[in-house]
Amino acid sequence: MIIDQAWAASSEATQSETGTAADAAAHGGGGGTFPPFDPATFASQLLWLAITFGIFYLIMGRVVIPRVAGILETRRDRISRDLDETQRLKSESEAAHAAYEHELAEAKRSAHAIGQEATDKAKQEATAEREKVEATLAVKLGEAETRIDAIKQKALGEVGAIASDTTDAIVKELIGGKLTKAEISKAVSAASK
Amino acid sequence: MANDPIKQFHLNELIPLEIGGVDISFTNSSLFMVATVVLTSGFLIWATNGRGMVPSRAQSLAEISYEFVAGMLRDSAGSQGMKFFPLVFSLFLFILVANMFGMFPYFFTVTSHIIITVALALLVFLTVLGVGFLKHGFGFLKLFVPSGVPIVILPLVVAIEIISFLARPISHSVRLFANMLAGHITLKVFAGFVVSLSSFGAVGIAGSILPMLMTIGLTALEFLVAFLQAYVFTMLTCMYINDALHPGGH
Repeated sequence: MIIDQAWAASSEATQSETGTAADAAAHGGGGGTFPPFDPATFASQLLWLAITFGIFYLIMGRVVIPRVAGILETRRDRISRDLDETQRLKSESEAAHAAYEHELAEAKRSAHAIGQEATDKAKQEATAEREKVEATLAVKLGEAETRIDAIKQKALGEVGAIASDTTDAIVKELIGGKLTKAEISKAVSAASK
Repeated sequence: MANDPIKQFHLNELIPLEIGGVDISFTNSSLFMVATVVLTSGFLIWATNGRGMVPSRAQSLAEISYEFVAGMLRDSAGSQGMKFFPLVFSLFLFILVANMFGMFPYFFTVTSHIIITVALALLVFLTVLGVGFLKHGFGFLKLFVPSGVPIVILPLVVAIEIISFLARPISHSVRLFANMLAGHITLKVFAGFVVSLSSFGAVGIAGSILPMLMTIGLTALEFLVAFLQAYVFTMLTCMYINDALHPGGH
């Protein structure tokens, strides 16, 4: 009820403002029928729909869709190409890494071999040197021993003579007699036994 | 009368034309069809002009609409259905933009007239019929004979299938038309309450808050409906095209 009254009031206000012409247009245009069901407008709407939708269909089919499809396809190609490139680079770098590892192992092995060889050679040389030195030392030792023996023999030989002289001198001092050499040496050798 | 909720559906002749006694005037409806086509085509052509590898905002909008419709069609009708992509894409964008235009105050909603939606639905229906019979000949009639149905009730099932097939263009068109019409009428009625109540002074203005809130909510809902109905119309088109391509299996 309230709404109806409000409606009436506002419609009166509108009528007084815009006059009855607008009112007549609002109601009279479709001859009283509900506009969406007014067959008088169908021909015009169908014609303009056919024109506009036809043009729209052509623009979409000929221009817009090929363009967007092209853009999407280019991007898909680009992405797959980039992925392939990535794959290739990755395998390349993996190969390089493997080669590096291999080289490194090789180098380690050869370094080890060189070290071993050097050690062996040094050991061998040291041994040879030592043997040479030992041989020289042995020779010198032998010579020294011979000389010592000779000196010892000589010294021992002279001990007899010294003893005889001493004996001779002692006898001369003590008893004033003279003894023959033979007697003295006989006595000395008897005493030193 | 400002509050007449029907007035917004009136066709006003802008350029009167007549051929052979038939009125083919350029009306406000024609104007908005032209606007829909010009705006949509213009935007899409402008947006894709750069053909950027990395899309601009406008270009991604064009790409998203393309892939949205393409996905819908491919999911329903398979890759064979992509032959009909221009039709489906045009239908979706035309209906969507026309619906969205209708959301502007004082703008005319092209899809609120049943003759427009019937024409679009018949376009789909006749395309489906034509393609179905061209591709499969009488094999297309297998569409009405579901497999695995006992022979006793088969005639009944076939009759139901035929009726439902023939009812398709009706439901297809009325769904869009009625949604747009009813939504706009409701919106106009509630907006009218605001104006009417406000003429009662302070109490009326206070009371008009409720219909005002209702109008705001309905506006949001109508935006959803505008998109949803374009989507539903396109989705059904895809499913009907699938029937034309694969009448035997579902």
